[in-house]
Amino acid sequence: MGTHNHTTHNFNEQFEFSGKAKTWSLVAMLIGIVAIAYGFLIDSSEHHSERTFANLLLMGYYFTCICAAGAFFLALQFVAQAGWSAGLLRIPQAFAKVLPVAAFILILIIIAGLFSHNLYHHWHLEGISDEKHANFDPIVAEKSSFLNAPFFLLRQVVFLSIYSIFAVLLTRYSNAEDKLGGLANYNKSIKVATIFLVIFGFTQPIWSFDTIMSIEAHWFSTMFGWYNFAALWVSGLCAITLTIILLKKSGHLTWVNENHLHDLGKFIFAFSIFWTYVWFSQFLLIWYANIPEETVYFYKRWEDEYKFWFWLNIVINFLAPVLILMTRDAKRQTNTLMFVCILLLCGHWLDYYMMIMPGSLEEHRDFGITEIGIAIGFVGLFTFLMLTKLASKPLVPQNHPLLEESLHHQI
Amino acid sequence: MSNTKYILGHFADPDDMMHGIEKLQENNISIYDAYTPMPIHGIEAKLGYKRSRLPIAAFCFGITGTCAGFSMIYYMLVYDWPMNIGGKPAFAMPNFVPICFELTVLFAAFGMMACFMYANHFFPGRAPRVMDLRASNDRFVLAIDAKTNPYPEKIVDLLNEAGAVEILHNERKYVSYE
Repeated sequence: MGTHNHTTHNFNEQFEFSGKAKTWSLVAMLIGIVAIAYGFLIDSSEHHSERTFANLLLMGYYFTCICAAGAFFLALQFVAQAGWSAGLLRIPQAFAKVLPVAAFILILIIIAGLFSHNLYHHWHLEGISDEKHANFDPIVAEKSSFLNAPFFLLRQVVFLSIYSIFAVLLTRYSNAEDKLGGLANYNKSIKVATIFLVIFGFTQPIWSFDTIMSIEAHWFSTMFGWYNFAALWVSGLCAITLTIILLKKSGHLTWVNENHLHDLGKFIFAFSIFWTYVWFSQFLLIWYANIPEETVYFYKRWEDEYKFWFWLNIVINFLAPVLILMTRDAKRQTNTLMFVCILLLCGHWLDYYMMIMPGSLEEHRDFGITEIGIAIGFVGLFTFLMLTKLASKPLVPQNHPLLEESLHHQI
Repeated sequence: MSNTKYILGHFADPDDMMHGIEKLQENNISIYDAYTPMPIHGIEAKLGYKRSRLPIAAFCFGITGTCAGFSMIYYMLVYDWPMNIGGKPAFAMPNFVPICFELTVLFAAFGMMACFMYANHFFPGRAPRVMDLRASNDRFVLAIDAKTNPYPEKIVDLLNEAGAVEILHNERKYVSYE
């Protein structure tokens, strides 16, 4: 127990990405490709390509958010100079390393969707800000100095490249630390992490305004950025925790014990409540003020098509983690925590679904091969890339100055 | 028969004290309590302490707060004096939520505080009960009940062996009233 724990660990241990994990992630990617092909080519319903694009945007955004959450987790640990997490930093690092790829895929989806008019057609339409044109929309015209295709794409590229550069920098310092030791890289990481957090804090809301909120360009909410951040952070924490649990179950990460999982569980518990807090703050203000241009957002989500999913969203993302993870024992039991992680990862898929679908497909939304297949495909892609990156370095940052504290972490 | 009620072993180092606990436990000597100037990881498990029930109390107080908040607003806004606010029905749930939430937090916080104070005998004007004053300064103290444990010489030997720097034979349980 605690300070008297002197078990020896193999710190040179490296994850080997092969066997079942590799096969299944490749199979999942194949399913994804088949689903995309089905959505574009075989599905003959009227809105099939729009539906496929909406799903691609959903999963592309989710994928990027999870990787960005890895970078955010790293930055947070450095800025707080946290010791407890030193032993598990390689997992968020693997997430952060995938961020450039995820960002690239998201930008590709956005560009293709934007110019094929499958996404963002509420504000990206010929003559939408031209008074004489049939497509003229006075509300969008007012916003068009900000919400126009070149500036929109420029923002996407700039934000996502900045996040990617910082994510890669943070992992690079950690790798240099492995080779050289000493405090130089740790101090550099703190500095870079601080700058990243400031930039991320200010630009992430704008990024989510652009990517998700602009699907319904007439509507706006200043809470939307934080709401998306909460979803990003909870789902990122769940993905990190789930990866750690699965690695532990396959016999890796012996130095990560139930105390570390307890802390991650607390994070998930607390930020699920934070998610609800922000969700409800947005809802309460709009409900109370009752201004038509604001209530339209919830009006759509309150119709028969979406009502069930609207409530299910709250049950999965708020009630379930609060009730299941409340006790100390639940956070320390690997299987309970794993169940909640999987539940919340599905829950935040539904959360994003509720953000995207009512604005893009409206009453033509569906749930079938396209949705499930594309989701599985992106999970496979993420698993494949993340585990490849994870396998390239030892599973622990050996020369992290606070590693000893992490090994003796006890709560 | 001596009048010693408690034998106190003073240690200058927490590791020595942990070692002392092990030694005493190996010899079936029950430890009344350990006092340290700082928290020591793993000591509760070693002494076999049960987990605090404070979280359960917090949950109960929290639920009480939710119910109190809900009934209060229900009485005010629905039963006693319904008002038309922005055309909303009198019994409109969303605006109950913030108040219920705040009262949950308030009740849980105050309730936990009160429970903690009660369990530890902290009241205004109450002299704190301390078995050894140096335990809040520079000494790690193990207290052994001399009435229930026989062979005091053996206890002293074991404490000395573990590296105790001072051993006291107290005839009173608490020293802080003096």
